[in-house]
Order: sequence, then C-alpha cells, then structure tokens
Amino acid sequence: MTAFPFLLLILAAVVGYAINRVAARGIRDGGSRLHSMTSYHGMYSALLVLVPVLTFILVWLALQGAVIDRLIMSGLPDGVLDGLDGGGIQLVLAEIKSIAGGQVFGTPEDWKIAASERLLTTRERADWLLIALVAVMSLALMIFARTRVKADFRARQGVEGIVTGLMIFCSVVAIFTTIGIIVSLSYETLRFLERVPLSEFLFGTNWEPQIPLREDQIAAEGAFGWLPVILGTIVITVIALVVAVPIGLFSAIYVNEFAPKKLRTIIKPLLEILAGVPTVVYGFFAILVVAPAIRSFGQSLGLDVAPNTALAAGGVMGIMLVPFISSFADDALSAVPQSLRDGALGLGATRGEMMTTVLFPAALPGIVGGVLLAVSRAIGETMIVVMAAGLIARMTINPLDSVTTVTVQIVTLLIGDTSFDNPKTLAAFALGTMLFIVTLGINIFALSFVRKYREAYD
Amino acid sequence: MSDITNNADTPRIVTSTELVAASLKRRRNKQLRLQMVGMGAIFIAFLMLFILVGSLVATGWQAFTQTHVTLEVFVDPEDIPADRLPRGDFDDTLEAALGRMLPGVDMEDRETARAVQGILSNGAQFTLRDRVVADPSLIGQTVTMKVPTSDPYDQLNKGLIERATPEQNRRVKDNEIRWFDTLKEQGAISKPFNLALFTNADSRFPEQAGLKGALVGSFWALLTCFLISFPLGIGAAIYLEEFAKKNRISDFIEVNINNLAAVPSVVFGLLALAVFIGWFGLPRSAPFVGGLTLALMTMPTIIIATRAALKSVPPSIREAALGLGASKQQVVFQHVLPLAMPGILTGTIIGLAQALGETAPLLLIGMNAFITSAASSPFDSATALPTQIFIWADSPERGFVSRTSAAILVLLGFLVLMNGIAIFLRQKFERRW
Amino acid sequence: MMKDSMETKLDVDAMNVKFSARDVQVHYGDTHAIKDVSVDILDNTVTAFIGPSGCGKSTFLRTLNRMNDTIDICRVQGDIYLDGMDIYDPNIDPVQLRAKVGMVFQKPNPFPKSIYDNIAYGPRIHGLARNKAELDEIVEKSLRRGAIWDEVQDRLDAPGTGLSGGQQQRLCIARAIATEPEVLLMDEPCSALDPIATAQVEELIDELKANYSVVIVTHSMQQAARVSQKTAFFHLGNLVEYNDTNEIFTNPQDSRTESYITGRIG
Repeated sequence: MTAFPFLLLILAAVVGYAINRVAARGIRDGGSRLHSMTSYHGMYSALLVLVPVLTFILVWLALQGAVIDRLIMSGLPDGVLDGLDGGGIQLVLAEIKSIAGGQVFGTPEDWKIAASERLLTTRERADWLLIALVAVMSLALMIFARTRVKADFRARQGVEGIVTGLMIFCSVVAIFTTIGIIVSLSYETLRFLERVPLSEFLFGTNWEPQIPLREDQIAAEGAFGWLPVILGTIVITVIALVVAVPIGLFSAIYVNEFAPKKLRTIIKPLLEILAGVPTVVYGFFAILVVAPAIRSFGQSLGLDVAPNTALAAGGVMGIMLVPFISSFADDALSAVPQSLRDGALGLGATRGEMMTTVLFPAALPGIVGGVLLAVSRAIGETMIVVMAAGLIARMTINPLDSVTTVTVQIVTLLIGDTSFDNPKTLAAFALGTMLFIVTLGINIFALSFVRKYREAYD
Repeated sequence: MSDITNNADTPRIVTSTELVAASLKRRRNKQLRLQMVGMGAIFIAFLMLFILVGSLVATGWQAFTQTHVTLEVFVDPEDIPADRLPRGDFDDTLEAALGRMLPGVDMEDRETARAVQGILSNGAQFTLRDRVVADPSLIGQTVTMKVPTSDPYDQLNKGLIERATPEQNRRVKDNEIRWFDTLKEQGAISKPFNLALFTNADSRFPEQAGLKGALVGSFWALLTCFLISFPLGIGAAIYLEEFAKKNRISDFIEVNINNLAAVPSVVFGLLALAVFIGWFGLPRSAPFVGGLTLALMTMPTIIIATRAALKSVPPSIREAALGLGASKQQVVFQHVLPLAMPGILTGTIIGLAQALGETAPLLLIGMNAFITSAASSPFDSATALPTQIFIWADSPERGFVSRTSAAILVLLGFLVLMNGIAIFLRQKFERRW
Repeated sequence: MMKDSMETKLDVDAMNVKFSARDVQVHYGDTHAIKDVSVDILDNTVTAFIGPSGCGKSTFLRTLNRMNDTIDICRVQGDIYLDGMDIYDPNIDPVQLRAKVGMVFQKPNPFPKSIYDNIAYGPRIHGLARNKAELDEIVEKSLRRGAIWDEVQDRLDAPGTGLSGGQQQRLCIARAIATEPEVLLMDEPCSALDPIATAQVEELIDELKANYSVVIVTHSMQQAARVSQKTAFFHLGNLVEYNDTNEIFTNPQDSRTESYITGRIG
C-alpha cells in the first residue's frame, strides 16, 4: 500500500516526460527551431512532477502515523484514560495497534476493539486520500509542464534550475543537521535546567540520577553534579592517550622513515583493519580479555583492582586510537617537503637525526592537531566505556578504580523506556550538550591547527 | 658531544673529520634505538590486533556448531490428540523418548524427569509441535528427530565445562554427565553446523538464539542509510565542488561538514531520539529511524570522498567539454561524474561499512530491544548486528559468550567483504591522469 | 674513443684532484640515467656541470655525496674516489661522507628553526663544538663566509624561513659551510632566485673557491661562464666534454657541445 503512491508518481513522471518530449518533437518537426533539446523538455516535466509530489508524499508519510494516533486517542470515549500517565497512555495505544494488527491477547475492552477498528478505517482512508492527492497534483503539474512546451522555451535552463535547487538542498542538509543537533540538545537541556539549577549541574560533585519511581520508594533524591562524570571521562581519556600517543607516534615514525617498502605495504593495511574494527568489538574485547587480565595481574601484585577498572576501558580505547594517531602522524610527516629531508641528509645527519631534529619538529603542528582530534574521539567514544567502564560516578583519579564517563551516563540514562518528562532523561541531554560543546571546541581548534599546517607546506 | 672531546688527552687540534668519525658509533646506536622503539610500537599494535582476533576466534568458533540429540519420538495420541492441535503435551512426549534411551533412570520421579528434560533445548517441543501440526498423520507413529541440546550440555559436549571441577561448582551434575555419556555411547549426540545461528532471531536461550533478526535489521537500516545519504551526499558534494562560489556561505557549509564528521556518534543518537522519535513521532526501535540516523552520520564521509573523487578528474576534461559548447551541468553530469564514480563508490562503501559497525546511536533509539522475530519492514522493531552483539555481551548465560564472539566474527566478515569490494573497485578503476 | 682522449687529459691535472670518478653508471629502475662517466674534479676550483634538462647532471652531482642512496630504485656502479678513498666502499658511512661533501639545493630549504639553529645544525649533530662559545664562533664564522652576517647578525633568533629567497639560499650555503666540508655541491642554487640575489650568490661562490672545491650544476651557460674555471657538458647521460671553461665556450671540441652553447639543443 505504501508503495502505491510512489509507483503512481513514477508513472506520472514517465508519462509527463513522454508527453513533453513528443510535443517538443512535434514543434521541431513542424519546422521551428527549438531552443532546448527535446529530452530537456521531457526532463522538465518529469522533474516538475517528481520533486514537489515526492516531497509531499514523504512529509505525509512522516506525519501520518503521529496524526492518526492523535485522532484515535482523542476519539476514545471520555474517562477511559483518566488516571493514566504518559507511559500508560502509550501502552493503551500500543494495545489498540496490536489488536488492529490482529494480535489479540486476553479479552480487551470493547472500546479498545472499537478504537482499533477505527484505526484501521482511518488508515485506509488516509492511504486513499494520499493516492488521490498524489494523482491530482501529478496531473496538474503535468498539464502545467505541457503548456510550457514552446519553441523558445528554455527547458534546459529550467531543468538546470531545478537540479541546482536540489543540489543546494542537499548541501544545506548538513547545516540542518547541525541546527537539529543544537536545537534539540539545547531545548531538552533548558527543560532540564528548569528542574535542576545550572550551578548544581556544573559544580556539583555528586551524580546520582536515580529518581524514585514510586512515591513510597526509598531512593536518593537524584543528584546532578556532572564533575565526577567529566572527571571519569578525563581519567579514561588520559589513560587512552598514554597508550595511544607513544605507540601511534613511534609506529608512524617507523613506517614513515625506516620500514622497508615491503613491510610498509603490509603494515598500512593492517593498521587500516585495526581502524575499521567497530568499537562495540573493542568493548567486548575489553570485558572478555583485557579487564580479567588486568584484574588477575593486579591481584597477583596484591592490588585492589575493580572488575571494570578504568585501566581496561582506557587501555582498549588507546588501542583503538593507535591507528588514528599513527595515520595522522604518518600523513603529517609525509607532508614535510622532501627538500627538508634532503637538507638534513646533505648536512650529514643520520636518518634518525633527520627524523628527530627536522621532520618531527616540522610535522609537530600537524601531529598535535591529530592528537587533539584523538582526544575529542576518546571523549566522545561510547561503546567501549559503556561495556567496560563503571556506572557509578566517583570523584577519583585512581586508574584501578571503576569510573564512569559522560557517554556511559547518556546511554544508561536513555536505554529502555524513556519519556521526555523526567530529569533523568533530560539529564542525558544536558550531558550530551556538554559533550557536544567540548568535542566541537576541540575539533574546531584541531582542524584549524591542521589546516594552517597544511597551508604552510603547500 | 662533550663526552668525546672533554678527554684531557685529546690533542688540542682536532679536525672535523675526526670529530665526525668519533661521533658515528654513538649516532648509529641512537638511530638503531629509535628504529627498535618504532618496531616495538608496531609490534605492540599488531600483537593487540592478533590477540583481539585470536580471542574472538578462540571463543567464537564453537558457536558455529551446536550439539544435537537424535531422538526416536513416539507421537503418543494420548498426549497429543489430533483434535486439540496445536495444543498437546509435546514436552512430555520428548521426555518419554529420552527416558527410553536412558535405561535405569527413574522417570516416574518428577525431579529426575524434569532434569532429564533439561537435556533438550526449550525449543525442541515447538519443533515437534510444528512438525505434527504440519502433518497430523504423524500422530501414533514414531518419528526420528534431531533437536538441539540445552546450553549446559552443549558446553559439556564442547569441553567448555571441565569434568574435573568439583560437582558443586559445575553447572552439570555428575548424574547428568552420566546421562549425557549414555546418550553419546548410543551415538545419539552429534555436533552439526549451527544453522540456527543464521535462521533464528534472538532468544533468551543461547542454543536457540540466532542473528536473523539482527541481520535483517541491519539490512533495512543500511538500505535506508544508503538511499538517503548517497543521493544527498553526492548532490551536496557536486554543488560544493563544482558550482558553489567561494564565499562565506560555502565556507561555512564546508566547515560545518568537516565538524559534523567529527561529532561523537552518541550525539547523533540524542538528535534522533529527540527529533525523529520525540518530535516527529516515528516508531522506536525501527531500522528506518536507525538508517535515517546513520545516514546523517555517513553523509559527511560520502561528501568528502565524492569531492576528492571530483577533484581528481583533470580540468582538461571539463575544458574540452565546455569548449564544445556543453553547459556546466552537462559537463559535470555527463563527463566528470561518470569518471569520478569509482572513487565515489569506494568512499560510499567505506562509509556504509562504518555505519554497519555503529552502535551507540542505535542504542539510544531503542534498537537494543529483545525481539524474537525478524522485521518484515523497516518500520518494525528490530535489532542490528552491533546492537545484538551488545545485548549478547550483556547476557549472563555462558553460551552467549561464544555467540557474541561468533556474531562479532560475522560482523567483521561483512566489514572485510565491504572493504574488500572498496579496495577492488579502487584498484580496478583507479586512473592516474 | 671519447674516454681515451679524456683520460690523457685528466692525468695532466692529477696534482690537486679532489674527486675522481671512473666509469660511473647510474640506473633509476629501468632508466639508464648516467652512462660511463669518468671525470676528475679539482680542488680550489669551481666546476660547472651544464647540459639540457634531464641530461643527468644533477643525478651525477648527487652521486658525489651519495644523496642518491635515499632513492630506493637508484643503483650506482663504477668507482668514485674522494682524496683517493672509494666513497662507495661498504665501510664508508654516508654520514661521514656528507659531512665532508656539503650540498646546497635548488630550492632554498632552511629548516623551520631560528637562523642560529639552522647554522648550528651540522656542528651540533656532528659534535664539532665543545661548548656554547665555540658554537657561537662557528655560527658567526659561517654566516660571515656565507656573506649574510651583516643582514642577520641582530636577529639570529628569527626563523630562517622568514628571510628573502636570496638570503635563504645564502643561509643554506652558510649552513653547509658550518660543518667544515672540503667540497661544496650546488644543485642549481640560483634557479629560484631573482637576478640581484643570483649576483650575490655568484659572488659568494667565487669567494668560496679559495677554501673549497665547488661543483655547481646550472642550466644557465652565462652563469657557468661567469663563476666556473672548469666546465663539464652532459648530454643524455653522457659526459660529452670536460675542459677549461674558456675552452668549452670558445672552442668546443664536440659538435653537441657546440650546438648546445649556441642554443640549438636544450
């Protein structure tokens, strides 16, 4: 059923193309000189039909579900929803839908059955309405396009205008995405700040987002100070960098200058493999191998190691970052002009001296940019820490302890059923906002760093 | 340098040649040290890759087989009357079949009987039920069935449960091991390829859990992602590279795209949760929403790859076509774009491979739900491969450890395949101008 | 036949020969870049290598301090002696050789460091100075010999990359001098410079011949005529003619040389 409007639209576009092309050919055969080729006249019609109607169908489909839901819920008999909160209402809706889908559990109330029948008829009507509207719009646009076919009509310019418009739209999607991120994050964050004061969020040293689910439940009030969370993030990021920066840099130095050519053709693809491994795999690696290994090693030394120690999460994250840093450093070293290498060698420097005294310092700005991007990655990395780091926020910098991170909190707060009306959910958005701001700041700084460096040697 | 010349016996006049010669050994050693450290770093990186893959294979390969028991099941009309189908005491029927193979076991004792039944996977009775429902004439006959064992016996058969461990620390008790050995002596135990890993959806029971739901979910999500990000990405790239005037707006878009490529994936998850689910009311856990989110993340990758591919087409081609009177758009769409296509496809496949492994945003839109049937449309609830890995990694049952590794191996297999195609395309069609 | 006439000529000047090359062949992969070149290069003399582009003059220059070692696909055969020592002997460290045979490149390539650090680079890595005072002395001496001291003496901490093109090239020459080499190889040192800077550098080269053997590759015949005492003409990888500069330009023996200096090939 959903495919039907699309098929209709495609048909209309093809027919429009054919009609216009035939008409244009008729004019040409009649002896007039066309401004544009006949295929452009056809394309003009096809695009004129396709673009607006397709947009219409997509908007319709995106909104249809929500609108029908609302219609059904508002059409329920008075009083049946009394005393239900947001979750309860959702449950009723889900039940109505499953009845409409033919899955009946137990014996539902009559009004639910009635509502599900109404849902079915509404859906059907909506589908037919959509098809009718698509047909009418396509026909109207087709006729309009047909009237434009004239010898001097600039069909090519018309087509190119539409195509340019489409391309501009594509480019602007990136901006819309950024705007979407900023608006959604700040909207939910503002709602969070209505419930929790900004000063508490920014400077509080206690993070206990558990909210009592029932009135009588004995639980913490919920504390939303993000300092322990960001501290944990910093601890893990530092551990990751301590692992990744030396390994990444030294391997880049080796690959760039010393590795025999054959070895290089093996090393580079292997590093790419390491870079392509999804982070969920690293997360599983951390809990399967690294964390138990660190723990038993620590215990053999008589140390108290948490089962989800920051060292395991950070260390594995470091491994993940190695190929990132090494490829960045390799690129930066390769970007140093050959003339500087020659200069150093010509003065009698060994290759090692050339690397440490000329190439590396010259490439340093690019390398620093890469390391900064790695920092931003480490801060924003989610799966490794969700799987291998802790859930409880502690003010500690002991790498053997378990710490939590911003991303862990975002995911755990939002996993499972979420409704947008409690501070627990909104707190995740507040953390997301901070994460976005911090990583964006680092990224902008790092990218401008890298760009300036590239310009210096171009 | 001072350590050489500070020597009191050194003659006052030293030629630079001698000084250089004296420094050589120290400098060569220094370079050697740098090389050794570099090789060490590479070695550590590859050791980690080796351990990573090695540990996954070591734990995962066992999940590609599954222990089965072959049973002679007498479909007793008393337990399974034809008029009550699909209801019936299928589990008792299986239990009886097992009892016949285990002489000397007191099947009258309910505890024992239940323990014996525990040898079989919980899904075995449904397999029998489906068979009988499909062919009611089986009632009253004896059928041969090969059904999966439950997870503990699977582990036992694969040697993952040490028989030497004291009984109280073992999931399979001594008498249970004896039963299993009896069955084994009768040749009833087999360990065929675990087809269920690919044909079943998720389950609470490891021996029944499969990846079908996740594979289907990932397919829908990736398809959605491709259908959205590919045209949008190419459109944006062509505009920015070929048509946009260099001004503040195009600069801003460019900076925007570069930054978008570096925004943490979890933030895209937040965007999807708030906008697609919260505001637009799109369904939770749906691969369509997942694909939409992944498309936003993949688009910058595709744009950047496409622009690089367009850039690599030499200006001479454009000039030649323009010189023949073609319009700018004709040049781009008829001449430049086809030449850039291999590069664009390579970038797109690599972008999609990244999207396939992306987990965090899918968790936030609920694609980690427990769903026991494969989605039939992109709007149904589903999991995806990486989220399925996350769910299984979180499950306490021992059997899920090897299944998680197996799922990862499947995921990595797809990634290797995709990257292989990308490399193939690059090498086959790459042109040096 | 070429070789015979050459060798008799070479023996005449055997007195102060710095470099002597015999039957040198250079291959880049499958390309035969230098064919059978034998030449003696004299001390305290400016020797110019001229020839059309791609003739192998730069390649041959780079064999003299084994800079070609850095190119994987490059193979050198034949013998090159520096003061009677085979520089391609496996026991010879190119590092040591390059300290003796300095090089100045086509494009000025100061390191992204201060002027002082640029000059001090060679002395530091080779350990030529015992202390800061000695190093200061070397830097000043080198900058003076490089004829750039007056221009930079009050901004030694400024980055070397901030100087003008001509200044940068003189800085690079001074940097090469600072390691106290015996030979200076110059690969088209003026091709990236304007006429005024070129004149300054040429003047400097003329002064340098008092202490060094200077070998300069140039694409400009006028420059070769101005600065050199000996000239070697390369063509398609062959050393066509090697003689006093005056002789080459006034009385070329080979028709190819004549065609080149009169502008018919190149």
